[in-house]
Amino acid sequence: MANSKRRIVQIASTILGNGYFEGFAKGTIYRGKLKSVCFPGLNCYSCPGAYTSCPIGSLQSVAAGLKHQISLYVIGFLMLIGTIGGRFVCGWLCPFGFFQELLYKIPSKKFRMPKFLNAFKYFFLAVFVLLLPALFTNEVGIGLPYFCKYICPAGTLEAGIPLTISNIALRGAIGILYYWKLILLGVTIILSILISRPFCRAVCPLGAIYSLFNPISFYKMNVDSKKCIKCDICNKNCPVDIKIYENANNPECVRCGKCVEKCPTKAIESGFNVNDRRMNNEKTFNNNCSVNNRN
Amino acid sequence: MKGKVKYMMLVISISFIVAGIYRGEVAEVLKKAINICLECIGIG
Repeated sequence: MANSKRRIVQIASTILGNGYFEGFAKGTIYRGKLKSVCFPGLNCYSCPGAYTSCPIGSLQSVAAGLKHQISLYVIGFLMLIGTIGGRFVCGWLCPFGFFQELLYKIPSKKFRMPKFLNAFKYFFLAVFVLLLPALFTNEVGIGLPYFCKYICPAGTLEAGIPLTISNIALRGAIGILYYWKLILLGVTIILSILISRPFCRAVCPLGAIYSLFNPISFYKMNVDSKKCIKCDICNKNCPVDIKIYENANNPECVRCGKCVEKCPTKAIESGFNVNDRRMNNEKTFNNNCSVNNRN
Repeated sequence: MKGKVKYMMLVISISFIVAGIYRGEVAEVLKKAINICLECIGIG
């Protein structure tokens, strides 16, 4: 039930975020003021349908600008979303995460991703999103969005392919870089069929930022250790291969809620007030005890 | 302690957004976003 609700939210988020259908037909992009607002998930701002900006692209464009600043506007936005939900966006709102989930449904032999690869996304964030755009600049002092240019397969899927199909001028400018990005997208697609969410876990700089907020966000996961029988059903159903009973707010958790749904003892809960509710229950329990003791 | 951290982060994040708007970053983001990013699509 929770999972079908999540699927509806993922579809709605993908369509609402990319609903400028005129752009797909004409081979152009939306140019309205809404583009100054960031989309919480990874969604290329050059996608013909995109109404909003990609936060990773925006972060790089400000870092690559003449002043080479860290964008407080974008960092503040990401901190706000992270503080509210942690990686909730990855599991519920991100179109590229949704795309990978659909690919993983294609029947094939499935593999587990080595855990050490989880750390690579922090490297991509630090080097390709923050350092290279600010440090390697041209003679005028302007840098490049290195992550978008050399790594991001979402840009190829959402913007590169649809724009080169419908825009003749852009099609004529295709070069080696375009083919490099097509290869990267192809590799991402193949890996996503074999491994659950490989890009989110090993590459995505947005996931790297949100992961830092999982332990402190308002939206929480909680495991009742009295109910948990450590049967590992949660781990077998987890798209990012974590044992939630070891750390309920693991930085890798995308808050998809599959573990909540599958837990046979209903030991796992998630929401904005799980910890508070638990504390209130404990307070009520303690009050009852003290009343009973007095009687 | 964690309960206090999230409220602190909420205040800091909103302060950052306001400071970013004050520094004119909204216009900078908009300027980049309303033009086709050739690097993003693998042409630039």
